[in-house]
Amino acid sequence: MTVLSSADSAPGASSGRLQASIRRGVLIDTIFGAALWAAGGLVLVILGTMIILLAYDGWPALRHFGMAFYTTATWNPVTERFGAMSMLYGTLVTSLIAVVIAVPVSFGIAFFLTEVCPQAFRRPIGVTIQLLAAVPSIIYGMWGALVVAPFIAAWLQQPLISGFGWIPLFGGPANQFSMFTAGLILALMILPFITAMFVETLESVPPMLAESAYGVGATTWEVFRNVRIPYGRTAMVGAGMLGLGRALGETMAVTFVIGNANRISASIFQPGSSIASVIANEFGEAEIGSLKLYSLLQLGFALFVISFIVLAVSRRLVRSRLD
Amino acid sequence: MATTNAGRLARRLAVDKTIKLVSTLLATIALVLLAMILWALFFNGVRALGPHVFLNDTFGRPNGLANAIVGSLIQVGFATVIALPVGVLAGTLLADLGKSSKLGETVRFVNDVLLSAPSILIGLFVYTLIVLPMGRFSGWAGVAALAIVMLPVIVRSTEDMLRLVPVQLREAAYALGASRWTVTRSVLWRAARAGILTGLLLAIARAAGETAPLLFTAFGNPQTSFDLNQPMATLPVQIFNLTLSADADSIALAWAGALIITVGVLALNITSRLLISLGQRK
Repeated sequence: MTVLSSADSAPGASSGRLQASIRRGVLIDTIFGAALWAAGGLVLVILGTMIILLAYDGWPALRHFGMAFYTTATWNPVTERFGAMSMLYGTLVTSLIAVVIAVPVSFGIAFFLTEVCPQAFRRPIGVTIQLLAAVPSIIYGMWGALVVAPFIAAWLQQPLISGFGWIPLFGGPANQFSMFTAGLILALMILPFITAMFVETLESVPPMLAESAYGVGATTWEVFRNVRIPYGRTAMVGAGMLGLGRALGETMAVTFVIGNANRISASIFQPGSSIASVIANEFGEAEIGSLKLYSLLQLGFALFVISFIVLAVSRRLVRSRLD
Repeated sequence: MATTNAGRLARRLAVDKTIKLVSTLLATIALVLLAMILWALFFNGVRALGPHVFLNDTFGRPNGLANAIVGSLIQVGFATVIALPVGVLAGTLLADLGKSSKLGETVRFVNDVLLSAPSILIGLFVYTLIVLPMGRFSGWAGVAALAIVMLPVIVRSTEDMLRLVPVQLREAAYALGASRWTVTRSVLWRAARAGILTGLLLAIARAAGETAPLLFTAFGNPQTSFDLNQPMATLPVQIFNLTLSADADSIALAWAGALIITVGVLALNITSRLLISLGQRK
């Protein structure tokens, strides 16, 4: 506003005052620009410090155990032997279960929401799904541990074990708290998130493309499969990977239900542990300066690297079409 | 010829119908499952609610959540005060000054990394940064962790909202000789006010529900405390501990806490949605 008024009075006023006003504007702009860059720089500094501190503080574990830290599965605080294999395994298995369940289901719901559902219900259902993506993960974890775990042990695991128990992957006995339970809760947690991104992608398909396919007599499903999916494929793969990234690093929803056993089991119905769940469970007991503390920090660094890679790839995929 | 064509059409229609049916079924199952979460929360939470939940501390008679509610409010409040200005400035940078520069692109990418970094790593980071040097868990460490959770959300939403402001508005102001500061303050921020507020509400909602970054930073405290230099309770961490303790009273109290958090988080989300739709109507 000051600039406007000085511009108004400029012709009559002395040019000195105008110059002073311009000079002040330039000064304010310089300060303001610096403030903007400082804020942006702070974002860089936070992540930079985070990487450096995690790498630095986890280094003693790697120096002590060497690469064996990542290739052995022993995790024994008593003998001070620490290996990350079983947590890496648990993290990958639970996240894969989550994605294998959540992606097809999200796909079905996205088809329903964009093609089948009556127009009047689309928005309410869509909003409900988005709101569920905002429910804190501890709620999913708590609900999983107190309500779902007993239920799926009896009604999902037991039938699978009696039917497919001869496959090591589905070996018995049933456990309330297992990698399978954790994967299922994770699937429910990332489902609203993936569905919302699928719907967003599908709705961005130009109507003209779909209409011309309908014009030559294609059915709804054929248009969906041959027009909409190919158009949004890259972004949808990216959305699935973003969901995977969430599952990999999720702490609260997993810690309650995975069973917290630091071992590798072939059967998904056995308890396990993930990187995040081990940190949540054991970090509080680790003494300052102990090998255990360094090992947990090294695990944290590994989790960071894994989720960074997943994010970088999925971001590229999601953005490839949007830009 | 005619019969095979009719047969093929019938098959195509059958496939179409089956898939529509399956997708409807999937959507119903998913919605029912997710509704079950809300039902479990509501059913178990309301039963355990009472004035004591809001008035008593962890070891009150009967036990309550006052220490956790107060702690959450204080820490989320301070985190907001820190994250809001930095986030809005950084978001403005990305939408305007540093829009297409190499450095701006880097900030945008790093912000996305922060946005989706596992939140427990933020806890580890603040632990090594603040808790270790200080020698104890503290409310300030919790504030720092929550501020780092909120910052990328605010940056992202501010950028998105500022980008929606028509370029013509900005250029008209510049053409009058207005400085960047004046244009940003009186045109950009003013036009995107509702949008920035929306992002802030979403950031607060996210911080209020976070557990993992607080486990080793704010830690917890069985008593109501206003001293940010000491360990401080938060609602999510309290729920976590209560659920793990596995006695019936504690679990009932955990449900009450879960209901309070979820209602708060959903209310913030719904308010932000209303703000957006009000803005669009104008």
